[in-house]
Amino acid sequence: MVSSLVRARRGPQLRRVAAVVLTAIAVGSVAALTAGPAVAQSATETVSGRLAFEGEGVEGVRVVVESTDDGAVLEAVSGPDGSWLVELPGPGAYRIELDASTLPEGVGLRDPDNPAREVRVFENSTSAVVFALGEPQVQTSDTPRRLLQSSVNGLKFGLIIAMTAIGLSLIFGTTGLVNFAHGDLVTVGAFLAYFLNVTLGLPLLIAAPLAIAAGGALAGGLDRQVWRPLRAQRTGLIAMLVVSIGLSFVLRHVVLLFFGGSRQSYTDFGLQTALEFGLVRVQPVELWVMGLSVAALVAVGLMLNRTKLGTSMRAVADNRDLAESSGIDVQRVILAVWVLGGGLTAAGGIFLGLIESVDYLMGFRLLLLMFAGVILGGLGSAYGAMVGGVIVGFVSEFSTVWFSSQIKYVWALLVLIVILLVRPQGILGRRERFG
Amino acid sequence: MSPDATVPAGLAGVAHEPGVAKPDPILVVDGLRRAFGGVRAVDVDHLEIPRGLITGLIGPNGAGKTTLFNLLTGFDRPDEGEWTFDGRSAAGVPAYRVARDGMVRTFQLTKALSRMTVLENLMLGASQQRGEHILRALLPWGWRTQEAEVRDRAEGLLARFKLDHMRDQFAGTLSGGQRKLLEMARALMVEPSLVMLDEPMAGVNPALTQSLLGHVKDLRDVEGRSVVFVEHDMDVVFDISDWVVCLAEGRVIAEGPPASIGANPAVIDAYLGATHDHSALREERRRRQAARGDA
Amino acid sequence: MIETLFFDALRSAIGPTAASYALLAVGLNLHFGYTGLLNFGQVGYMLVGAYGLSITVAVFGGPLWLGLIVGMLAAVVLSIILGAPTLRLRADYLAITTIAASEILRFLVRNTGSDDLTGSVFGLRQFAGEFYDWSPFAPGEYLGPLGFNANRMWVTLVGWGLVAALSAMVWTLMRSPWGRVLRSIREDEDAARSLGKNVFLYKMQSLIIGGVIGAIGGMVFVLALQNVTPDMFLPQVTFFAFAIMILGGTSTVLGPTAGAVLFWFLLTGLQSGIRGVVDAGVIPGITGGQVVGAVSLIAVGLLLMLLMVFRPQGILGDREELRLDVS
Ligand SMILES: Nc1ncnc2c1ncn2[C@@H]1O[C@H](COP(=O)(O)OP(=O)(O)OP(=O)(O)O)[C@@H](O)[C@H]1O
Ligand SMILES: [Mg+2]
Repeated sequence: MVSSLVRARRGPQLRRVAAVVLTAIAVGSVAALTAGPAVAQSATETVSGRLAFEGEGVEGVRVVVESTDDGAVLEAVSGPDGSWLVELPGPGAYRIELDASTLPEGVGLRDPDNPAREVRVFENSTSAVVFALGEPQVQTSDTPRRLLQSSVNGLKFGLIIAMTAIGLSLIFGTTGLVNFAHGDLVTVGAFLAYFLNVTLGLPLLIAAPLAIAAGGALAGGLDRQVWRPLRAQRTGLIAMLVVSIGLSFVLRHVVLLFFGGSRQSYTDFGLQTALEFGLVRVQPVELWVMGLSVAALVAVGLMLNRTKLGTSMRAVADNRDLAESSGIDVQRVILAVWVLGGGLTAAGGIFLGLIESVDYLMGFRLLLLMFAGVILGGLGSAYGAMVGGVIVGFVSEFSTVWFSSQIKYVWALLVLIVILLVRPQGILGRRERFG
Repeated sequence: MSPDATVPAGLAGVAHEPGVAKPDPILVVDGLRRAFGGVRAVDVDHLEIPRGLITGLIGPNGAGKTTLFNLLTGFDRPDEGEWTFDGRSAAGVPAYRVARDGMVRTFQLTKALSRMTVLENLMLGASQQRGEHILRALLPWGWRTQEAEVRDRAEGLLARFKLDHMRDQFAGTLSGGQRKLLEMARALMVEPSLVMLDEPMAGVNPALTQSLLGHVKDLRDVEGRSVVFVEHDMDVVFDISDWVVCLAEGRVIAEGPPASIGANPAVIDAYLGATHDHSALREERRRRQAARGDA
Repeated sequence: MIETLFFDALRSAIGPTAASYALLAVGLNLHFGYTGLLNFGQVGYMLVGAYGLSITVAVFGGPLWLGLIVGMLAAVVLSIILGAPTLRLRADYLAITTIAASEILRFLVRNTGSDDLTGSVFGLRQFAGEFYDWSPFAPGEYLGPLGFNANRMWVTLVGWGLVAALSAMVWTLMRSPWGRVLRSIREDEDAARSLGKNVFLYKMQSLIIGGVIGAIGGMVFVLALQNVTPDMFLPQVTFFAFAIMILGGTSTVLGPTAGAVLFWFLLTGLQSGIRGVVDAGVIPGITGGQVVGAVSLIAVGLLLMLLMVFRPQGILGDREELRLDVS
């Protein structure tokens, strides 16, 4: 009611206006509230489809189209013959969601877990989107399945958070830096692999290890070129934190500049038939991602425990002065932490790109979840980051069983706030000293 | 010389033993314990601090003196224990309230407010300032008069502590010794009834130490305040204390007037292990002073 | 070309957006510059101000003044909810919690479930009518080459008027004993505590006042645009405000204003320049909007880094004062 002006369904004229306004707003907010009007293109791109149940068109169903590039939103309602059409502001990636609550009684989505489709629309083209309708599924028998499925998803997601969070935590432990650019190292890792895989055409199995190495090297380079000099100048921790924010802006938008704003995928392992394990469905690539993540976490755990370098890392994270006075080359250990963290983070980015997609904001979206994981586990502890990361992944995926998946991160962030309330040192952390 | 010759009237006849009761204590501690991991930092069964006198708190490094200060002033929470200040229970009272009630402490590692001037550091200390209330702060005429009084008092203290030439410098530019002075002067701005000084002389120029000692004595003699101070320099302790409490491994191992403490075997034990030798205590003291001079 | 660029930049530097960001930075400066609270969720205050106003007016049909009060009260409530658990924490924890809270708010207003109240992703409009009814400006073009229309003149005037009034308030407060306590907390809160100051209370007051100023910034922002959508409130807005505060000079009264004007002048000048270059077809195959957005945000990032390393005192601050921070 309030936004009826924007929700254009009153003829093409208004719709066009709404599209232009919305694009302007969206471009404005994403591109930092640009001064001057955004360039409005004429709508020669559309998405459309027809909703049918037992051969009959289904009327009055709401379809929402959201641009995944800039967040602009449009919508349409199906006509008497069940057909709907949305004129788009331009080419790009869109997410089309059917509002299941507007389906008539007795009609449901065949696959109620997937009310949305993602499409790429090219210039001057029309994309057809299919939503298969059928008898609505009985919800009660569904819950156990969804619980199981979301545990699998949570584990998958949590393992990735854990992997990327280790570096964040160890960097904090060894240098005191709260690295706001850590999320963007995820993005850079994912796009390094994307560049090798899609742009240069290397198979992902070759591209990924190269990208991981490059991610480690980049992180190490940042430590040598940016952070070490700042530490040598005895720059304050808050000043360094602000520098890391600046760096995150730079990294993120360099990716945007070179690779654009839309969601992309790697060329390999894209379309796979899911394997059925009883009630849950998993794609082989997801199994591989989980297996490799676990292997990486175990390897890091062993490294921290069994090797000299690992012990020094933990020693420096625990008490830097003490470590220094006992003859550990602290600067070298810190460099090693950055390289290790950078490599793990890049790997996490690639995994995330494999099971979802890659885009320039992927790492920033992950950053707060990483923080949640790290604080949950205990700032500065690598094992804490692992445990915390997995828990955060679980919480956000599990919440989708009961709540809208649009707010699944809210729960993870609430966990963060609650943990700070009751146990600020985290699960595995120790109480702070006074004085 | 009889031990009681140096004891002030108020403590005449009080036994020289740990945990002894005193006629008019300002602070009474009972069963206070605080452990860090396995380390028992403070483990005090009973301790009374006399009113209107200067109590020296001594003990080897790590004895728990600073931790005891932290607990009593609300900066740290004990595992268990009770204490009363001025007859009122002070356990669980937040630090700012403890200060308002009249027990003000200084810090071993000084906390100068670096980016505020020396004068501002002092003026901050004054309590009950009208202009510290958010609404009244907006109306300057409501607090100007009081502000001028506070400034006068602050300047008086600065002169007394020989900091008046630094008045408009940022406190962050002061030397270590000057910071000690600043912190003591700032604590006095609160007008406390009990001043707790954690190593107030550490790092202060010996020439100034004498006048600082004078100030501490004035707190007692002129202003009638009670003082507890931690100090490693035994000459200083013996010079100005009315009563000395020795802490070791968190426990009160000895109490008494200065003269009785220097010869107390438990104290010598604590400082030197098993060597029962008074001169060794002197020796240790000299070594410490030398070490401090080097640092 | 240069002329367009200059006027684009100037239009933005004195416009209502710059005024809103100046307000955000005034609030942030109270938090961070004077109290040492690392609030990374200033955009959350902007959000509650903007939505408090627009929901009251557009959804419930309330009058403008009520909307303004609701927006400010929302900021007070947010401060209390946010501050109660976190003001006892270290600066970096506070930073993470506040940014998380601002994202939670954005997710919540964006969520389809909040559609009836917030219009979800579509946002709200039609709440600014009464505000523009108050405008003393007759329809027409103002300020010559800058081409402000009457509405823009009005919201600009109100925006900068608020910046001036609230900066004066902060100036008064910071010269009072209250401000002295705030600065002592920034320097060392244990020292303040040892002198009998109720640190938590002062931090809370600072959080509330700075937050309400941020909320006012949010209201000016959406009144100027005459609509509100959730994605106006991305975390980067907070970081823009930080850049503005640091650029102008942290812990200075005029820093936020100077910073906002300069920041928007530079940013818009840059964007206008890039747009000119892209439109001239010098670089083929890239869409204009994206390049402009990406390059200007890279520039903001570089600005933050370089400022922090080479001129942390900004244009109005005192380097000597800042140096003391490290020891
Ligand atoms: N926050 C803390 N965490 C862990 N251990 C602590 C902490 N504070 C003090 N300790 C330990 O408690 C014991 C007592 O320390 P405290 O600082 O009270 O000694 P002190 O008597 O003041 O020593 P000094 O003369 O060196 O100042 C020491 O063993 C110290 O290591
Ligand atoms: Mg001590």
